Amino acid sequence: MKAFAFVVRRDLLLAMRRKSDVLSALFFFVIVSSLFPLGIGAETALLRKIAPGVIWVAALLSTMLGLQRMFAADHADGTLEQMALSPEPLALLVGGKIAAHWLVCGLPLVALAPLIGLQFDLSGAELGILVLALLLGTPVLSLIGSVGAALTLGVRGGGVLLSLLVLPLYIPTLIFGSGAVYAHTAGQDAGAHLSLLGALLVLGLFFAPWATTAAIRIAIE
Amino acid sequence: MSNSIIHWFKFASPASFYPLAGRMIPWFWLLAAAFGLSGLWLSFFVAPTDAVQGDGYRIIFVHVPASWMSMFIYLVMAAWAGLGLVFNTRLSSMMAQALAPTGALMAFLSLWTGSFWGKPMWGTWWIWDARLTSELILLFLYVGFIALQASIDDPRRADKAGAILALVGSVNVPIIYFSVKWWNTLHQGSTVSLTKAPAMAHTMLLGMLLMALCFWMYAIAVALQRVRAIILERESHAEWVRELKEVLA
Amino acid sequence: MLSAHTLGCIRGERRLFAGIDLAVEPGQCLHVRGENGVGKTSLLRILAGLAAPAEGSVAWRGQPVARVVDDYHQNLLFLGHHNALKEDLTALENLMFAAGLDGATLTEDEATGALRRFGLRGREDLPVRCLSAGQKRRVLLARLLTRKAPLWILDEPFAALDTGAVQALADLIAEHLAIGGMTVMTSHQAIPLNNVRSLQL
Repeated sequence: MKAFAFVVRRDLLLAMRRKSDVLSALFFFVIVSSLFPLGIGAETALLRKIAPGVIWVAALLSTMLGLQRMFAADHADGTLEQMALSPEPLALLVGGKIAAHWLVCGLPLVALAPLIGLQFDLSGAELGILVLALLLGTPVLSLIGSVGAALTLGVRGGGVLLSLLVLPLYIPTLIFGSGAVYAHTAGQDAGAHLSLLGALLVLGLFFAPWATTAAIRIAIE
Repeated sequence: MSNSIIHWFKFASPASFYPLAGRMIPWFWLLAAAFGLSGLWLSFFVAPTDAVQGDGYRIIFVHVPASWMSMFIYLVMAAWAGLGLVFNTRLSSMMAQALAPTGALMAFLSLWTGSFWGKPMWGTWWIWDARLTSELILLFLYVGFIALQASIDDPRRADKAGAILALVGSVNVPIIYFSVKWWNTLHQGSTVSLTKAPAMAHTMLLGMLLMALCFWMYAIAVALQRVRAIILERESHAEWVRELKEVLA
Repeated sequence: MLSAHTLGCIRGERRLFAGIDLAVEPGQCLHVRGENGVGKTSLLRILAGLAAPAEGSVAWRGQPVARVVDDYHQNLLFLGHHNALKEDLTALENLMFAAGLDGATLTEDEATGALRRFGLRGREDLPVRCLSAGQKRRVLLARLLTRKAPLWILDEPFAALDTGAVQALADLIAEHLAIGGMTVMTSHQAIPLNNVRSLQL
């Protein structure tokens, strides 16, 4: 477990020293969300209706941008190889990198979402559900995304190929995540959606690190 | 018993599988033709006209079998890829590579025929119902698999990476299907659905079954042809390839 | 302690080498020689366990490496072509984190002492980005010292080192061998050590 903490601390330290990378992804989140009213029209009722979907899609796309950085730098400078040769289980170290990715790319989105939600005139209760859903869903995005990031290490067409692989797998998270808010608006219980998101999170925690580790070993061969 | 074990592993080498596949292919084309002709005859001439949808519904005899096959092929492809990953056999991975385009074609065919069904029935070229949407996502999964293998230069790495993607995909397919059905009911979209086919007359079911078998035999025939081409390409440096009739010609 | 039996390697469609046998006992240094592209780096990576050989096997203390992976990794330090240094971290931080990721304990004093031994006094707290290529390689010498692994597998360790650093590395390897360590390395230059066995690929 100490090695896990070391990896998280290291990646957080690296992110702090390259703040511009991190902040750009967050600004991307804000910009993309703002594009929709500009493209569709600023009628309040319409915005309120599309808000959960728009915010979730913007969150997906911003997470995608950050995925590129998860393993690429370590792969390029040889530190990923060293992790594979560590006596500590690689899956543990990979888990640490995924956790750090979420802390740097996912958690800030959760914090920013209420602000965007206000721009779309969502009510307080809806904002609360949205934040909860994102809190459960963004780790899933990091987990699933890590598999794609590892598979496309050093491969031609990296970024676009990564999106092609990962976005279809993100769809259930998107559906349950935005569905939670829509259900609440429609007067139904959002709990079912949130539980399903929780289930996805548990599944992701169990399977993703192994798949990602296997993909990394293949990439460094 | 030990005899048959040796027998099977002999065909795990591309060199021995190549001629075996060559001999099997014509039989599968024959079976595909036989099932196809009987299936089409049933669907056009024997199955009764539907009370509600008229004769236009007959496209489900292509649409539904194509959907079934697209799902089935994905699982078979993932299984072959998984075998190739676990046992490190090149031929298993080549089979997965050969199946992918056919699976993608089935998914596309399902979407295309679904669209043709929707237009005369409900006036739109596309309906966001559970089946069509899941089919669309399955097509994305196929395209992703093909794109990943195409982007990786080293064939062995492409095999293994593709295998992981296919296995992750197959775990996700039921989840995706479930979530799309959930999404459909939540948003109360169209109340009509392409999955609500007319009540099945005995002959209709038989027709779909025959067409499904036809597509299955077709898929095997085409996959075997494709895997032969892949074998030639990837084993081109080997002695036995250079001595083949078709290569010498 | 480290041995390999009939190793073979295929890269893409070319066979690089086949039937390679080797053994390294405590106190021995093995120099893998050969032309460029003959597969020296591939051999080292196979020995380290990063890549699987097309044929043959590698054994550690008589056991196949696959069965004793954790023990093998505990006792192995591999340095490849890449520096394996994070450019945005300082030399000291790099050493501390590398130790942490390996599950080893390393005090800051030990790390600083190692860096100073190799001429990096005053530079321990600079981001590695600011060091010259030669200085970056010296950080790796400090890593060799602080990691305390019996087996070193080094790919071109003498590259990009000035004469002072070359001597420092040679001394370090000699010390390592004297206490029973083992080294496998590739190098285009002559190795300034005694008792080096050669393997020609």
